[in-house]
Amino acid sequence: MAYTLDINGTRHTVDVDGDTPLLWVLRDVLGMTGTKFGCGMALCGACTVHMNGAPIRSCLTPVQSVGNAAITTIEAIGNTAAGRKIQKAWLDLEVAQCGYCQSGQIMSASALLASNPHPNDSAIDDAMSGNICRCGTYVRIREAIKLAAKSTTTVKEG
Amino acid sequence: MTLDHIGPVASDDADEAQAIGVSRRSFLKASAAGGGFVLSVGLPAFALRATAGTPAGFEPNAFIRIDADGSVTLTMPQVEMGQGTYTSIPMLIAEELEVDLGHVRIEHAPPDRKRYGNPGLGGEQVTGNSSSIRAFWDPMRRAGATARVMLISAAAKRWKLDPSQCHAERGEVVHKASGRRIKFGALVAEAAQVPVPEKVELKRPQEFKLIGTPAKRLDTPLKVNGKAVYGIDVRPPGVKIATLAQSPTFGGRLKSVDDKAARAVKGVRQIVRLDDAVAVVADHMGAAKKGLAALVIEWDNGPNAKLTTQDIEKQLEQATLRAGAVAQSVGDVDKAITGAATKVEAIYQVPFLAHACMEPMNCTVHVRKDGCEVWVGTQVLARAQDVVAKTTGLPVDKVVVHNHLLGGGFGRRLDVDGVARAAQIAMQVDGPVKVVWTREEDIQHGVYRPYWFDRFSAGLDEKGMPVAWNHRFGGSSVIARWAPPFFKNGLDPDSTEGAIDLVYALPNLHVEYVQVEPPGIPTGFWRSVGPSHNVFVVESFMDELAAAAKKDPVQYRLALLDKSPRAKAVLQLAAEKAGWGQPLSKRSGRGVSVQFAFGSYMAQVAEVEVSKDGDVRVRRVVCAVDCGSVVNPDTVQAQVQSAVVFGISAALFGQITLKDGRVEQTNFDTYRVLRMSEAPSIEVHIVRNTEHPGGLGEPGTSAIVPAVMNAVFAATGKRLRKPPIDPADLKLAS
Repeated sequence: MAYTLDINGTRHTVDVDGDTPLLWVLRDVLGMTGTKFGCGMALCGACTVHMNGAPIRSCLTPVQSVGNAAITTIEAIGNTAAGRKIQKAWLDLEVAQCGYCQSGQIMSASALLASNPHPNDSAIDDAMSGNICRCGTYVRIREAIKLAAKSTTTVKEG
Repeated sequence: MTLDHIGPVASDDADEAQAIGVSRRSFLKASAAGGGFVLSVGLPAFALRATAGTPAGFEPNAFIRIDADGSVTLTMPQVEMGQGTYTSIPMLIAEELEVDLGHVRIEHAPPDRKRYGNPGLGGEQVTGNSSSIRAFWDPMRRAGATARVMLISAAAKRWKLDPSQCHAERGEVVHKASGRRIKFGALVAEAAQVPVPEKVELKRPQEFKLIGTPAKRLDTPLKVNGKAVYGIDVRPPGVKIATLAQSPTFGGRLKSVDDKAARAVKGVRQIVRLDDAVAVVADHMGAAKKGLAALVIEWDNGPNAKLTTQDIEKQLEQATLRAGAVAQSVGDVDKAITGAATKVEAIYQVPFLAHACMEPMNCTVHVRKDGCEVWVGTQVLARAQDVVAKTTGLPVDKVVVHNHLLGGGFGRRLDVDGVARAAQIAMQVDGPVKVVWTREEDIQHGVYRPYWFDRFSAGLDEKGMPVAWNHRFGGSSVIARWAPPFFKNGLDPDSTEGAIDLVYALPNLHVEYVQVEPPGIPTGFWRSVGPSHNVFVVESFMDELAAAAKKDPVQYRLALLDKSPRAKAVLQLAAEKAGWGQPLSKRSGRGVSVQFAFGSYMAQVAEVEVSKDGDVRVRRVVCAVDCGSVVNPDTVQAQVQSAVVFGISAALFGQITLKDGRVEQTNFDTYRVLRMSEAPSIEVHIVRNTEHPGGLGEPGTSAIVPAVMNAVFAATGKRLRKPPIDPADLKLAS
C-alpha cells in the first residue's frame, strides 16, 4: 500500500509492503543511497537515520511505523547545526577511510551532539558503540566528536 | 577540492565512450583539434611516450593528461578502499610536476593489464599486498618529472631561452630573470611535440614540498555527506535488486525450490535457479529478502556435509608430522638443538577468518546479446572482466567494467566469485540486476584466511639465548590457487613471509612449509596475509624463549637485533614511548612484537587488562614504524590505527568455524568485531628516513596480534597459543 513519508523536509509517497524496512525505501525506491546497508539486524549502525532527531536503525524500521515522523538522512544532516559541526570535524581530522560506515557514524554522532553538546568518553562510548567501523577509525571518531563539541560557532538550524 | 568528478573512465568500447561522455578516445580526438598533452607511462617496462594530435584508432597508454585549462588528470590504476591511495599517488605526481595537489583529478582506470598492471605484483591489475606506494613510488614521480621537463622545454623554446634558465612552480613555467610566466595549460600542444627525455632528474628528498606532509585526502568530502558512490550504490536505469542463498555447504547443490510463497511477495519479479544457488529478483532489497525468506529450498549438501573445523585441525596435525618444503635453512638445527642447554617446544594454531567488509559483497551486471556492463568495487578489475566474459561466453572486449569506491577490501575483493555469481544471475534477467549479498551470505560464503598449524622447537644456550630455531607449519596456499606460477617447489612467497628471513640473528634456523588444502572451505587473502599467521607465531614463540630464559622480552629481542639496525630502532622507540618496564596494576600487562613485513619495519607494544572473568581489554597500543620514505604521514598514522583495530578484532573474537559443513557464524553478533567502547588509544611514532617506501596497509595487523597475546601472558602468566582469546582460559578461580 502507499505510505507518505517526510524525508529531509520533502514528502514522498511510496507503494510498498508495510513491513518493508525504511532502509530499502530510502536506497532502492527513492534512490537516496547515502544511507548504507551493513547487517540488516541493527548490529552495525551503517543504516542510521534520524526520526524526529533521534537516531534509529532504518534496516529494522518498518515503513508502516514511520507515520508522520520527520526522517533526516545523511544527505541533509548538514542542514542541522550539530550535523554541520560533525561533518567539519570529520574533514578536519580525516576520519574516513573506506568511508562506507561513515554515514551512520555521522548520523549517530550528530544525534549525540544535538542532545549532549559536551559528551565525555563514556557518553561517546554509549552513543557510538552500535556503529561498527571495519577500518577501525574509532580513535579519530572520538577525537572528532570532541573537536566538534569544542567548536563554539552556533549556527541556526537550517 | 571535492571529488565529484570521480567516476569510471571508459574502456575503449565505442558505445561505452558515448555513454559516459568523456572517454580517453574522445578526449584524444578533441586534443587533436584543441591541443592536449597526454603522458603515457608504460608499466612494467616503464617506457615513456608523449602523444598529441593522435591519429584515429591510436590507443594511448595514458596515465597523465594535462588539459589546455591546466587541469591534470591521472588515470588511476590503483583502487581506493580506504587506504588513501587516491591521495598519495596523486601526491607523487604533483610533487614532481610542480602543481598543487588540488589540481590533480582522478579517473578510475578501466580493466587492462597491459596498461595498468601493477609492476610490483607481476603485472596483474591488482590493488593489494600493501604495494601501491612501493610499486608506484618511482614510476609516478618519474612521470611527473618528465612532464615537467617537457613543459619547461616548450616554454624555453617559445622564449628562445635555454631550459636551464627556467623552472616550474605551481602549474607554471617561470623565467626568474625576466619574471615571465606561462601556465602549463598554455603549453600543452607544444610540450607534446618535445622529444621525451631519456633521463630526468628526480627531486632530492630535501626538495620535497608535498611528499612527507600530511596532505588532506581527496576523497573525504564525499564520504561525509553521503555522495560517495560505492559499488552497492549504482542505479543504472531499470535496475532490479536481487539477493541470494548459496549452498550452505561448500560443494553442495540446489535440489529443489518451492517458490510459490516468494512469488506472492509484493515487488518480487523473478526467481533465478542456479546449480548451487537461488536468487530472488525484486524491485527493492526489502522485497528480495522477504521473497528469499519465503522460499522453501532443499539442498543436496554434497561431499562436505559432515565437515567440522576439528576435521581440518586433525588433518593439519597429521600433515605437519611429515617433512615439508624447506623454506629456509641456516646452519645445523638438529645438531644445535641436541647440544642445547634448554629445549623449548610449542604448538600454535590460528583459525579461519572472514573479512566482513562493511559493504557486503555486491555486483551489478547488465547482460545484453552483444555485450555486457558490470558495476562493482573490486581490487582486481581485469579479473572481474575476465570472469564475466568466461561466465557469459562474451568476448572480453565486450565486457565493460565500471569500478567504484570499495567499502572495505581487506583481500576479500581480490576474489571475483561474487562477480561471477552476479553474471550467472544476470544472464537470466532482462535488464540490469544488482546482486546484493546479505551479511549472512557475506560471512558464510567468504574466502577465508587459512587455518594454520605450527610446530616449533628451539634450543637455548646456558645464557638462555637461542642457538636453534625449528619451525614447521601447515596450511592452505592461497597463492597456489590465485597465482599458480608463484607457487614453486611446494613454497610460495606469501605463506612463508614473516616465518623466514627473520629480523633476528639466529645461527641455526630451519623452516618448513607443508601445503595442506582443507576440504570444503575456500581460502583467500586476508589483511596481512602470510604474516597475519607467521608474525603471530614467531613473535609469540620468541616471547616464550625470553620467558624460558627468564629475560625481559624487549631486552631479549634487542640482543638478537644487532644485524638489523632498523628493526632494533623501532623496537627501542616503541618500548621507550610505551614506558616499557614501568609498573602496572595487577592483571595488567604489556606485550611486544617486532617485525619486518611488506617492506616496513614495525614494533608494537600493547597494554592489556584482564578482568576476573577473563575478558581482555586492550587499553593502549604504541607503535613505532619505519616504512622508509613517507608520502602522507597522516595516512601512515591512519593505516596503522586501522590495522591495529582490525588485528585486535581477530585476537579477541575472530574465528570462522564449521559444523555439518556449514559456517557457524552469521552476522556481527556471532562474528564479533571491535567496537568504539572496546577500542584502545593508539599512538603511532614514525621513524623518518629516505629509504625506499615500505607498505603500510597491512603490517599493523600482523604486529598487533602477538603484542596482545604476549601482553596477556605478562598480565596472567597464561600463554595462549590458539586465538581468539577464550575468556574461560583466563578466568580467575573463584
